[in-house]
Amino acid sequence: MSALPIFIEEEPPLLVVDGVTVAYGSRVGCRDVSFELWPGEVLGIVGESGSGKTSLLNALSARLEPAAGRIRYRLRDGELTDLFGLSEAARRQLLRTDWGIVHQNPRDGLRLTVSAGANVGERLMAIGARHYGEIRGAALDWLGKVEIDPDRIDDRPLGFSGGMQQRLQIARNLVTNPRLVFMDEPTGGLDVSVQARLLDLIRGLVADLGLSAIIVTHDLAVARLLAHRLMVMRGGEVVESGLTDQVLDDPQHPYTQLLVSSILQV
Amino acid sequence: MEPVLEIRGLAKSFTLHNQGGITLPVLSGVDLAVYPGECVALHGRSGAGKSTLLRTLQGNYRVGAGQVWVRHGEARIDLAQASPRQIIELRRSTIGYVSQFLRVIPRVPALEIVAEPMRARGIGPAGARDRAAALLSRLNVPERLWSLAPATFSGGEQQRINIARGFAVEYPILLLDEPTASLDGENRLAVIGLIDEALARGTAIVGIFHDAEVRERVASRLYEMTEAKAAA
Repeated sequence: MSALPIFIEEEPPLLVVDGVTVAYGSRVGCRDVSFELWPGEVLGIVGESGSGKTSLLNALSARLEPAAGRIRYRLRDGELTDLFGLSEAARRQLLRTDWGIVHQNPRDGLRLTVSAGANVGERLMAIGARHYGEIRGAALDWLGKVEIDPDRIDDRPLGFSGGMQQRLQIARNLVTNPRLVFMDEPTGGLDVSVQARLLDLIRGLVADLGLSAIIVTHDLAVARLLAHRLMVMRGGEVVESGLTDQVLDDPQHPYTQLLVSSILQV
Repeated sequence: MEPVLEIRGLAKSFTLHNQGGITLPVLSGVDLAVYPGECVALHGRSGAGKSTLLRTLQGNYRVGAGQVWVRHGEARIDLAQASPRQIIELRRSTIGYVSQFLRVIPRVPALEIVAEPMRARGIGPAGARDRAAALLSRLNVPERLWSLAPATFSGGEQQRINIARGFAVEYPILLLDEPTASLDGENRLAVIGLIDEALARGTAIVGIFHDAEVRERVASRLYEMTEAKAAA
């Protein structure tokens, strides 16, 4: 047999999270969460509404400062840097370039009053692209990748279907070649047939681009399809974590067992 | 020769927390060493834990107690201690698995499902597609189906796509869960041919073969399994 590299050389983790607690006054959003995320890895965070998934995601993506704990991210220069030790401007820069955030509601991630092309091009301009032809070319390329008819480039997304808006939001996020993408219920609120197409698209893009992603979802089927690893949250705490199919097929915690056994079979 | 797979004192039980916390012991005291080029057929009644053992060897079920040593290149990894990333890596390069049922992903065509394990090992798209096509032809999957997602295929067609996927990469260890269950005579022979070739290459196979004829053809030996007794 050919000389296959047996272990992918040990790359250092991209994100290192230690004991993160998010609190809103006296109410706790999530408590004492720790994990590491490696390049190319997709982590699913599952749990029901109110389990603390979104609080955690907001902290991880530097939009909400944790009450305790530390989140460190490996910048492109290789240095593991405390997110909340960075200036706010530096954090915003990360959000615009190295990271992507796909919101559940595409209207939170798009500008509905400018054209589809401008929605994609805007992220490029934010990192200094100025050449109109190149920006438009990149926008067209990305519309193609997310299966939006190039003829729609000058249309405003206001008139797009929910699925199209969501695909446009993904294009807008990926055009800057981010290394880490946060997704909050990316298929929530879409029809099932539209969901399948979007899931397949996300799966392909994440694999082709070697992206790291953190995906919050309450849908275990979505988690199975997209995530390498899962964290199960309940009441703000991580109750179980591990390899995705192991957590779903051999759940250990009572709550995970309840979640898995509550899925209706088709 | 060293075994590629060595199971020592493996036990596995399931605790059903939402059904009164009842614990079902499924495996206990499993000891088995599997060597390159041999096919061990798990043998025992329904409920004896054959599928559970296979799933544990694939890392789909956690090891309850004991050790499962897998030779991975020059290293040896105990599945009981392996991290999720190590298990993913083992599945990419060392352990192949043909499940009883194909897990269909919407919109992903049959040819791509078969090519995917090769792509994950860095084989180029053209090479991977060629080998996938050769395997599908060999398993008599009509060419008109290759570009379709298998959701609507018959059970036998889905199973053959699953088998093609499992044999697409020359894994040192191959786990087969009833690979011929829903196949007719001609296709059963095609699968036996693939198994023979893998064994000749030195692949170690652990399988469940309900079909006595297939079992007698491919198995080097049987591993008898009996229902685990409830823990004292």
